[in-house]
Amino acid sequence: MKRVILAVAILVTSLAGVQAQKIKGSDTVLPLSQKEAENYMKAHSSQAITVTGGGSGVGLSALIEGTTDIAQSSRKIKFDEKQKIQESGKTVKEVIIAYDALAVIINPANKVTKLTREQLEGIFTGKITNWKEVGGEDVKIIPYSRETSSGTYEFFKEHVLKNKNYKSGIMSMPATGAIVQSVSQTKGAIGYVGLAYLNKEVKAIHVSNDKGKNYVAPSVATAKDGTYPIVRPLYYYYVTKSEKLVRPFIDYVLSPAGQKTVAEVGFIAL
Amino acid sequence: MRKIFERIIETILTMSGAVTTIVILLIVIFLFKEGFGLFRSSDIEKGYSLCIHADNSAERLTPEQIKQIFDYEVENWEVLGGSDEEIVPFRFDEIFSRYSDEELGEDYEFMPDKLGEVIRETPGIIAFIPTQYLPANRMGVNVLPETTITPADFFGGKEWIPTATPAHQFGVLPLIMGTLWVSLFAILIALPLGLGVAVYLSELAGEKMRNLLKPAIELLAGIPSVVYGFFGLVVLVPLIQKGMNLPVGETGFAGSLVLAIMALPTIITVAEDAMQNTPRAMREASLALGANQWQTIYRVIIPYAASGISAAVVLGIGRAVGETMAVLMVTGNAAVIPHTLFEPVRTIPATIAAELGEAPAGGTHYQALFLLGCILFIITLIINISAEMISSKKQTV
Repeated sequence: MKRVILAVAILVTSLAGVQAQKIKGSDTVLPLSQKEAENYMKAHSSQAITVTGGGSGVGLSALIEGTTDIAQSSRKIKFDEKQKIQESGKTVKEVIIAYDALAVIINPANKVTKLTREQLEGIFTGKITNWKEVGGEDVKIIPYSRETSSGTYEFFKEHVLKNKNYKSGIMSMPATGAIVQSVSQTKGAIGYVGLAYLNKEVKAIHVSNDKGKNYVAPSVATAKDGTYPIVRPLYYYYVTKSEKLVRPFIDYVLSPAGQKTVAEVGFIAL
Repeated sequence: MRKIFERIIETILTMSGAVTTIVILLIVIFLFKEGFGLFRSSDIEKGYSLCIHADNSAERLTPEQIKQIFDYEVENWEVLGGSDEEIVPFRFDEIFSRYSDEELGEDYEFMPDKLGEVIRETPGIIAFIPTQYLPANRMGVNVLPETTITPADFFGGKEWIPTATPAHQFGVLPLIMGTLWVSLFAILIALPLGLGVAVYLSELAGEKMRNLLKPAIELLAGIPSVVYGFFGLVVLVPLIQKGMNLPVGETGFAGSLVLAIMALPTIITVAEDAMQNTPRAMREASLALGANQWQTIYRVIIPYAASGISAAVVLGIGRAVGETMAVLMVTGNAAVIPHTLFEPVRTIPATIAAELGEAPAGGTHYQALFLLGCILFIITLIINISAEMISSKKQTV
């Protein structure tokens, strides 16, 4: 009997000793956070970190409600989300943990190799509908987009479409993998995916942000030196109240060891 | 003692029946309560207002007009019934590129004044700004009155862009059409096939064949719908695209095919059971009167099993209308009103599944998705009631 009590006591104290923190949000950042948390927990056995996805918006609203310690996000916090946090008397802190380049992909059978930002806007808002208008064959353009819940959807809309809406009735896919699959089997297709998703089945096009003077291919190097235009930061958000709890982990992610993981997962280190 | 025991069992059974009914009723009430909240919500994003210059005579803008303005599709106030003035859409974020943070103040205390300045300076402006920063000095600033989403916008709208700012586009027409379109063709494909197989299994197949086929078909019903969807995306979609030489393979037809395959086991099993239940005496009487096997099937067995067959059809349609995952993967999810079967479509269940995760609880998007659920509920209710009527009519004749 004594032994049982002792065992329970040990269990309770050890549980209390474990510092649990929760990370929630963007599905883009999810694989990175998981890997980082795994490595971090290996080095610090007293720490427990649970990572869940759901989308950038889900993570940020969980942060507002206080049900997560860190919100991972593939877009910047919105003005009204920030307002909501401030209304509840907390201050939100933002940390950029890595960068992600969005590659615009087409079917390998398509002869087009480069497009300007303006042409991309025309294609995704429905003003340009045939590949021959941008120097390709006479094939209908089929743009693929992510679902509206995705941070990638919002980022692409803000930065490439300049806040205009996607054409009504754009093909929207539930996952990035599905976009790659569809683009690889549809001749007139065009879509956008994170750099880590590029493979041989699809072709990434060169993008120009200066009306056609320079076209740049997406790669880790061009994203890092700032010449490739469609690069977005990936964020962690937390409230200052929980700084003590979450800071060691965030510092680890920003450390050289953590940044090495960033590159391994396929994102761009700071 | 025994009597008391039976009494207790009886009460428990009644209770469980009552509880189930109440739970279902509560779910329906919850669904409709959340859904109809949409018509009390403002048609522009919550916490924001639209402001125009005081000289501008425009009053009510529909969500569609607001979207066109901010997409630079409508560029002159004259088109909207105002004076001949170019429209200048202004999003709140632009204030940060016009004024530095110091000019706006630490807690943005000068924000309302600066916004007022911008609006007064630009006669053609339409500014989309947070309500809390509305200029205190309303001189020269005209705040558009808040209007709510109307049923006409919702049921008659042709565009579904729920996250569009400033005005969300909740046009549900393409989604309803897409759902009906895909389900209708799925059932048109599945019904003849399913009934054929059911007749074969029940009347024509030998004992051995039936013992082999029946478990195989029932196994089909156990395959998860994601697997069907994946199969559809990787096998059917490229096949349809190449076979019919279409620009894109993710079409309503791909969805119908996958749904037909998924509805088949249900239709076959239920219809076959109904046919098996035809009393032996009826078959033998028919054969004894000189009818051959085909005449017996056509004139005796199928009419006798009619109510069971209609139940099979209803269950099949129910499966098709409500199916989410498989359709989400193969139909392309483009919210356009379909004109042919060989175009991408977006269905109601796919929309709810794809969007509910991110829609903030209680917001307009969330309410719109609940209203979609209500529509789905009403569609299945209509199907059920009509099937019930058909089968009861058959029996009285």
